[in-house]
Amino acid sequence: MSSLQMPKVDKVVMSKKDKIVSDLKEIINSKNVLHHVDELKPFETDALTAYRKMPLVVVMPESVDEVSRILKYCNENKVKVVPRGAGTGLSGGSLPLEDCVLMAMGKFNKIIEIDYENRCVVTQPCVTNLAITHAVQDKGFYYAPDPSSQIACSIGGNVAENSGGVHSLKYGATTNNLLGIEVVLMDGTITRFGGKAMDAEGYDFLGLMTGSEGLLGVITEVTVKILKSPEVVKAALIGFPTIEDAGNCVAEIIAKGCIPAGCEIMDKALTKATNDYSKAGYPTDAEAIMIIEFDGEEHEVEAYIQKVKEIAEKNNSSSLKVNKTKEERLKFWAGRKAAFPACGVLAPDYMCMDGSIPRGKLAEVLNEITRLSKKYNLPVANAFHAGDGNLHPLIMFDANDKESLRKCEEFGADILKYCVQVGGALTGEHGVGIEKRELMCEAFNDKDIQQQLTIKAALDPNSLLNPGKVYPILRKCAEEGRVHVHGGKTKFPDIPRF
Amino acid sequence: MSMEEKQNSQTSLDFNQNVFKPSSREEIVEIVKNCFRKNIPLEINGLKSKYKIGRNFQSEKTLDLSNYSGIIEYKPEELYIKVKAGTPIKEIVEHLDKNNQQLAFEPNDFGYLFTGESNSGSIGGVVSCNFAGSRRFKVGSVRDHVLGFQGLNGKGETIKSGGTVVKNVTGYDLCKLLSGSFGTLSILTELSIKVLPKPETSKTLVIKNPHLKKALGYLGKSLSSSTDPSGGVFYPDYFGKNFILNDLNHEGGLTALRIEGPANSVDQRIDRLSKELGLLSHEVSILDTEQSKIFWNRTKNLEVFKNLKSNLLRIVAPISETLQIIQKLKSNDVSYFIDWGGSLVWMAFNEINSKILNEIKQIMKKHYGYCTIIKIEEDLKASADIFTIDPIKYKISEKLKRSFDPKRIFNPGKMYTGV
Repeated sequence: MSSLQMPKVDKVVMSKKDKIVSDLKEIINSKNVLHHVDELKPFETDALTAYRKMPLVVVMPESVDEVSRILKYCNENKVKVVPRGAGTGLSGGSLPLEDCVLMAMGKFNKIIEIDYENRCVVTQPCVTNLAITHAVQDKGFYYAPDPSSQIACSIGGNVAENSGGVHSLKYGATTNNLLGIEVVLMDGTITRFGGKAMDAEGYDFLGLMTGSEGLLGVITEVTVKILKSPEVVKAALIGFPTIEDAGNCVAEIIAKGCIPAGCEIMDKALTKATNDYSKAGYPTDAEAIMIIEFDGEEHEVEAYIQKVKEIAEKNNSSSLKVNKTKEERLKFWAGRKAAFPACGVLAPDYMCMDGSIPRGKLAEVLNEITRLSKKYNLPVANAFHAGDGNLHPLIMFDANDKESLRKCEEFGADILKYCVQVGGALTGEHGVGIEKRELMCEAFNDKDIQQQLTIKAALDPNSLLNPGKVYPILRKCAEEGRVHVHGGKTKFPDIPRF
Repeated sequence: MSMEEKQNSQTSLDFNQNVFKPSSREEIVEIVKNCFRKNIPLEINGLKSKYKIGRNFQSEKTLDLSNYSGIIEYKPEELYIKVKAGTPIKEIVEHLDKNNQQLAFEPNDFGYLFTGESNSGSIGGVVSCNFAGSRRFKVGSVRDHVLGFQGLNGKGETIKSGGTVVKNVTGYDLCKLLSGSFGTLSILTELSIKVLPKPETSKTLVIKNPHLKKALGYLGKSLSSSTDPSGGVFYPDYFGKNFILNDLNHEGGLTALRIEGPANSVDQRIDRLSKELGLLSHEVSILDTEQSKIFWNRTKNLEVFKNLKSNLLRIVAPISETLQIIQKLKSNDVSYFIDWGGSLVWMAFNEINSKILNEIKQIMKKHYGYCTIIKIEEDLKASADIFTIDPIKYKISEKLKRSFDPKRIFNPGKMYTGV
């Protein structure tokens, strides 16, 4: 992996490590200040494992007051702070800096209030995404955004990254399901943006903080809205003779007014890998398969499935199966969810990209990816959240072969640049972090980036909070932008990724 | 000639005029760059449907964006429309209608309130105010439908954020920050807005009921029902006469719940919702699609407050607090209706003064909500806080204002003094 430039290490801070540790032990319970190398090791990376750095010290605050006092201390002493939730982020957003205080929020792990009357849950930030749904499901409610890592990722991290999931088109990402946060700014100021009431007055700080990747404040409490679980969920598994047919079909379904809860398209390479790996039972003759799911009231879902059948047929579908039982529907998805691990079997390593594209450009982008695959002589398989236009090409390579790695990096950057060119985005849901930082100039010009940096400067004038993330340091379009998986093993092999 | 001057000489704007009405982007850039250089504060307007909302402030010139109008690109299958900021909402709605699509956030039409006739404003104004209609609790606010924008900061530099795709986490989400900023941070020039299919059928279950407490019970239950309503309002007795419709069997107070979707499903869900709420057949009327449309349009247009002579507040709170808030405020001479399934109250005060306003603000704070003054007597407007803000947020707002508009030339003071 290419070396990564990070903000200049502050030698004064490094030399004062002992003093900083003892000061922090005065501020919070000393057992929550970790500084021995063995204690620091688990925090050296997040789920973007290609990059590792030991922090100066790790603090594990237990209250908002402690968070505030630590930040105030660090601000006054010009010490950098990197916030960290569950550490499952794929773009290196919580990669430590060697001269930083890593603020691990793991002790903020309790749900504070379940409020059915106002249909919301108030929770501490390190509660997992899925735990919120678990807490309310017996009353028939759930929390809609469902990133694939929902079993482990924290809700605070979801807010920081504006995490999505397969249901984003219909239900939105985190930002559309968030009512309020409590946040501590770098100078120690504790404040609340939003609350249980909708659309707080004044500037939308809640919207600004969401997806700001830990650069503007540390989240200490989150209020999310919960929804009533749909009565019926139904899915169709459809095969197509060409990618174009699949792309046209999804465009027509949406244009005809059917908004699916989830819609996934896989190309032939990925379908084959998945069939071999998990016996998914996907049609083997199809060039592309689509899983499309609707939820809601029974008659509504039936009406949409019927429409999908007609539209799929018109678009040359070669096979179509609608689930009869819940088990069958889950089996449709099981294959899709096994798609990434399946690629781990095909090659020693794969790199997962995360571009967003207009749905109508799917065939064009996939053709370009095929062309690039030939150019770089590296195989690629493609998974596409077709509902919301989020494309995950998986480039297969061998990290032990430097040339293969270099080619893979170039290939990945070319894909993301192409996504931007056709009107898409550099990242749909993984965030920029350190991973796509140097590609920001593909999406933004200097003035755009400058405007964003002045916002950062307004809230954190010394740039101490999570510096070196999101915004380019090199100001060149480096060959970055992917998630690297070696031997099929991610940092957290038990967390689903799709 | 410097590079900047060369750029500025591309158009032939007369700077002696007090109202600029540019029709090209280049002209807007030139105006802002000049105003930045000469420290000239600008009042920014679209179709002036909401320009009376906000504090009075001093501005030397007016930037009227109504001529900077037009649809740039519409992709029904990609669910977005890209428009110039001055484009009338009416034009956008009519355009989308041809493809059976809509702006799901149903922006309020404030024209009836202020002038007695329809003026749904421009897209730039609607985004800048972020006032969403009855579907708010189901589909989100205006800001949730802004996919991307291009605009100018206070130095006249072009800035942008977002794009045309729904999933995009590249950089800070400035679309959210600028929504509801009342033109104080940036001049929006182009906007990409998410559009959604119009439901095949839309029907409304109207419950004859004059009682506030009962109404809030119906609304609360409905919103937690899997029948998935997309609108929930309560009109007290005195507004009942405003809704004389063929399908409506009674006059007087009513609670109305809208159900949308495929025809068969809508009928089933209305039936089920009636059962869930324990309603008897003589208590209910069902409005068909056409009448339903009339009903919700009247709500969106705040038609019960047409030509309102007195003061109007927009009160937002968690639904659990609404009953107490209304009960406390009812000691004044008020008329009101409830929208957003119980979370939004539009309340007109026959008489208002600083003391009452302060009391209202205290009540709102106690009940975790807020109120925005939409319409108020001119002599009170100068002294009243139209928006409420605490000192911490004021400080942050001030800093953010400076980061976008360092010389404070965009609508200075429209939201808060000094911002």
